[in-house]
Amino acid sequence: MKYVQEFRNAELASAIAAKIAGLTDPSRHYKIMEVCGGHTHAIYRHGIKDLLPPEIELIHGPGCPVCVLPMGRVDDGITIAERPEVIFTCFGDMMRVPGSKGNLLEVKARGADIRMVYSPLDALRIARENPHREVVFYAIGFETTAPSTALTLRRAKQERISNFSVFCNHVTIVPPIRALLDSPDLRLDGFIGPGHVSTVVGCRPYEFMTKDYGKPVVVAGFEPLDLIQAVLMLMRQLVEGRCEVENQYSRIVPWEGNPQALACLAEVFELRPYFEWRGLGFIAQSALKISPAYADYDAEQRFAVAGVRVADPKACQCGEVLKGVLKPWECKVFGIACTPEHPLGALMVSSEGACAAYFNFGRTVQAKATVGS
Amino acid sequence: MCLAIPGRIVEMVDENLQLAKAEIGGVRRTINIGLVHNEVEQVAIGDWVLIHVGFALSKVDEAEAQSTLRALEEIGAAYRQELLELHESRIE
Repeated sequence: MKYVQEFRNAELASAIAAKIAGLTDPSRHYKIMEVCGGHTHAIYRHGIKDLLPPEIELIHGPGCPVCVLPMGRVDDGITIAERPEVIFTCFGDMMRVPGSKGNLLEVKARGADIRMVYSPLDALRIARENPHREVVFYAIGFETTAPSTALTLRRAKQERISNFSVFCNHVTIVPPIRALLDSPDLRLDGFIGPGHVSTVVGCRPYEFMTKDYGKPVVVAGFEPLDLIQAVLMLMRQLVEGRCEVENQYSRIVPWEGNPQALACLAEVFELRPYFEWRGLGFIAQSALKISPAYADYDAEQRFAVAGVRVADPKACQCGEVLKGVLKPWECKVFGIACTPEHPLGALMVSSEGACAAYFNFGRTVQAKATVGS
Repeated sequence: MCLAIPGRIVEMVDENLQLAKAEIGGVRRTINIGLVHNEVEQVAIGDWVLIHVGFALSKVDEAEAQSTLRALEEIGAAYRQELLELHESRIE
């Protein structure tokens, strides 16, 4: 323990862990899903599982936007990126996501002009600086990230930057949760709700999970204490027979979300009738497309994107892991044919993917031992 | 890109374009403050905000900002990568 603060947190963490243990019925098995990839990363990084009784299992949900992107959308992006007039911009996380014919990093090595950007506003600046090139931004992310694309498109329209467009792959958080709740494979006891997404959408969108499905939800922050506190709040609900949406992260997440961000999303985007999710298949109204008012900035229209469908590699079991049916290390190719250096499936690419998180934090041996015993 | 990093507003660059300069992880970069600086709420120089892909996502108090920074430093590689990408950012 390097700092007093950490030590105090460790004591507090143990105290919360003891309360959780006290509420746990040893004859039961509890399955709690953390929806958000940031939570998955933090859970592995901080060894949260080690603080919980063995009866509580954390299932890793579909909340990593890189991981749920189907191969066809990667291939579509690559097709745009290969056009000679295009400067293709994307977040760094996208570069190694496998498409059916390689990834963006390899396409860049073959000569395509692909540039990593920190922000969609950096992509817009590149468009301003290169008026004779077509600058395309590959937009990914849940409702946390979609407002930044929306505000960037507003700015592009105000400035009439005609050589800028967005290949929109934004997805929404509620439909995949509903799909998981409808899945017969999976029995869950409760959910740790996403933190940053909820700063935008608020807590109200999760109420259907309590009302229609009888599953408690606790929206949580990203620090280790936030996560075990959220587990404690869920366990209290289960023991007391309550079923509510609670907000552990109220210091950041307003119950109603961010009305400015929501208004901006409504102006710039509309819901797609359906969208394919890696491992989960097609889910109705689960993604955003650019609205008619901004159609001039829609790369799908500008480049007549084919919308190819590509099946995931046969050996890849990302779908089962995403649904929480398999643990990362139970996948046939985990750590062998599929590693962070050479990922087969998207869950190994992003540091927020369950497989990469598991691989990076060295729990493989211990986990395999547990499974084997 | 999934991280949100605390930064402190150090300068208003252009209120019409909703741009401000923030100090984040030791560097100063221009960010968009449209989501936290509007009819509903405002930010001022000295305020802390959580920044995600160049946009202030929400206002936070200093204690929360410091505690988030500590948690990010513990996360390590993903945070360092985010800072490297931020270094290259030149939002106008």
